[in-house]
Amino acid sequence: MINRYFREISVATALLCVLVLMAIFAPHFYEGQPLLSRLTAAAPRLLVAGGMTLILLTRQIDISVGSVFALCGVVGGSLLAANWPMGCVVPLVLLLGGLAGAVNGALVAGLGLPSIVVTLATMVTLREALRLAQQGVFVNLPERVQWFGLSMNAGQAWVCGLVGVVWVLLALVLRCGAAGRFLYAVGSDAEAARLAGLRPRVTTFWTFVVLGGLTGLAAVFQLVQAPQVDPAMGRQLELEAIAAAVVGGVAISGGRGSLWGVLAGFLLLTCIGPALTYLGVKPYWDKAIQGAVVLLAVTADGWRRCRPRIESGRRKTG
Amino acid sequence: MRTPLLQLSDITKSFGAVQALRGVSFDLYAGEVHALLGENGAGKSTLIKIITGAHQPDGGSMVLRGEIVTRLSPAEAHARGVACIYQQPALFPDLSVMENLALRLEPVRPFRRVNWAQRRARAIELLQRVGAEIAPEQEVRELSMPEQQLVEIAAAVGAGAGIVIMDEPTASLTRKEQERLFSVVREMRREGVGVIYISHRLEEIFALADRVTVLRDGASVGTRGVQTNVATEAASGSSGRPAEGLTEAALIQLMVGRAVTMTRQARDRAPGAEVLSVQQLSSVAGGIRDVSLRVRSGEIVGLAGLVGAGRTELARVLFGLTPADRGEIRIDGRTVAITSPAVAVGLGLAYLPEDRRRHGIILELPVVANISLAVHRRLFPGTWLRSGPERKLATELVQRLSIKTDGVDAPGSSLSGGNQQKVALSRWLATQPKVLILDEPTQGVDVGAKSEIHRLIRELADAGLAVLLISSDLPEVLALSDRLLVMRGGTLVAELPAGSEGPAVMAAALGQARSSDGNRSANGGFGP
Repeated sequence: MINRYFREISVATALLCVLVLMAIFAPHFYEGQPLLSRLTAAAPRLLVAGGMTLILLTRQIDISVGSVFALCGVVGGSLLAANWPMGCVVPLVLLLGGLAGAVNGALVAGLGLPSIVVTLATMVTLREALRLAQQGVFVNLPERVQWFGLSMNAGQAWVCGLVGVVWVLLALVLRCGAAGRFLYAVGSDAEAARLAGLRPRVTTFWTFVVLGGLTGLAAVFQLVQAPQVDPAMGRQLELEAIAAAVVGGVAISGGRGSLWGVLAGFLLLTCIGPALTYLGVKPYWDKAIQGAVVLLAVTADGWRRCRPRIESGRRKTG
Repeated sequence: MRTPLLQLSDITKSFGAVQALRGVSFDLYAGEVHALLGENGAGKSTLIKIITGAHQPDGGSMVLRGEIVTRLSPAEAHARGVACIYQQPALFPDLSVMENLALRLEPVRPFRRVNWAQRRARAIELLQRVGAEIAPEQEVRELSMPEQQLVEIAAAVGAGAGIVIMDEPTASLTRKEQERLFSVVREMRREGVGVIYISHRLEEIFALADRVTVLRDGASVGTRGVQTNVATEAASGSSGRPAEGLTEAALIQLMVGRAVTMTRQARDRAPGAEVLSVQQLSSVAGGIRDVSLRVRSGEIVGLAGLVGAGRTELARVLFGLTPADRGEIRIDGRTVAITSPAVAVGLGLAYLPEDRRRHGIILELPVVANISLAVHRRLFPGTWLRSGPERKLATELVQRLSIKTDGVDAPGSSLSGGNQQKVALSRWLATQPKVLILDEPTQGVDVGAKSEIHRLIRELADAGLAVLLISSDLPEVLALSDRLLVMRGGTLVAELPAGSEGPAVMAAALGQARSSDGNRSANGGFGP
């Protein structure tokens, strides 16, 4: 049990240590309003990290999520600015994200191209197209959009609550859904899954679509938080998402990891920055320490893997 | 008496619980071609790997050019003039021929001046010596398989190798390319090189070898001189026959030799209706041509043949993994198009793949998920997994097949080889298939689990399943099969009744014309 969930447990322990340290040395960290604001600001990225987990489980990667996030934000924001109703824009943005995912998925699953190359290309293409179209101009949002037209506190509670619901749903599907099993099977051994009558390519395609949709949803939750949309939003989002997944115990080689581990990893990486501020350390160290955490996590993995394992009964050749 | 180039005495080698070599003695003299013959799994590859330093023997002694060697490393074997030419040439495809040769022949020092003119001249000289018409600047990827082989031989000649090992060099060659290779080998022999020649084709051994050593179950069971009549050899090409003494029948007897220890599993009832029928099936991608076969309900049809005969490829075509070009597959009399494994599963086909450790089960998933994987849609028609029916199914099958596991939630990787194989089998039993294709079901499985799997296969057939059993384990196919098909070169060459003898099967698999009734054709050599 401990061995199987080693990673989840160790990351959760690390998170707990940070939280306890903060409780002792900087109890202000837990003041209600700032805490809620910090969580709300991080919530959209958590959704992307969840989608990234699914993709990594199938042994693929998607580094175009930052560009898709920006595309969805700008398109959604422009529609809202043109006075489209919220109830119409949200499904459209989800669809747009899913469509971007479908392009990636079709190229990766359909043509069998390596996902890192395909999504690198879509990342750059989308980002540059957006820059040309928007010329760096921010999209001004109507007032009714901010916090869904509610008070800030209520709006923040809604964002956190909805992201939480989506997250729980995602975790349930992954653990108890028939489709979740396919992700693990395909990511562990696509050929074995194919031999068992599964369709690895179909699974891979739909996982890209789901990640795209989740990215679109994340963009919506980002939109409601500010009066303007920055067309350069979501830069390095892919790196944050991958880092959270890796720290949370998702294997880059696919087939291993859980959303609960990723949640712990995400929170750990997210609270390092504020924690430093509260402890009086210069916040410039934030990124460096995040990097160190990722390095530590993968080194621990490598070390565990390198320990000699007993291999019994190798196949006879002759 | 000359001293041998190489002398091996009582070499033993084990991998885990499997003893690959249990006492092999072998010697090689300068200027001879010494053939090494044996069934699949007899230990030929292991022996070669010991001579090239890739494996260390557990026991026995090895004398190389008069010197006792212990702990031979690949680099050391190379330095002592041992070269090995594999069936699949190990060259760098993106480099030119002369660069490939230089990598083998020039000293390994990263910082030195490269003399391209000299490198080129050396390559031209070596290629000429082996009779290859290849430009030294050509990239290896553009060369045909036999041309690549010649480059390998040129490298061996250039290194001054005194001992050249050739592992099934003619497997992918046409008749004409074969002839050219033979003349290169004869040339090497004239120059005093000792050649260890491995081939499944007896006619080649009679045409080329001076002596032949037969391996069986990891032990050398005999070395015989081949009395080739040089005059007839020259006249009739490679089909030369020994004048007297050694015959093909005697060699086959040596290879199969052992008393068949497995008792035949009696069939409970007569076979039922025809379930699987294949007509003139061909696949270029799979190297299969004109295969026709029928399997009836309750029948175990054995598919024998040597490695590379196309048995696994046939199974992959039937399961939709390799596309078929021509022919017809019928299941229960209905013509079907099997375009993917998912379609095959839907039609009631089940395929237990050859390489269990790689693709039989998914090691990271628990036993229960592995068992339910192929019946997902039936078990979980909705969105959610239902652990009740899934666990019930898995528990039942674990009991029925007596799978030794630490509960159904244990990961597949925690099970032993035999039990992993049983998990893979249970997955297919859960689909309640009509046709079960088993590819080497007991390879690498210990003796106890092996007999259990045999019992299971018989039980399944008796319960009405049509079973196609691919196995290189001759006693196993002989004991289990109700009918035996023999494949060679991508096509069926013989159909033998139950109770056939090992030598008859081996003769058909090797392409000899002496097998009993039912032998459809006995074509001699064949192209790729």
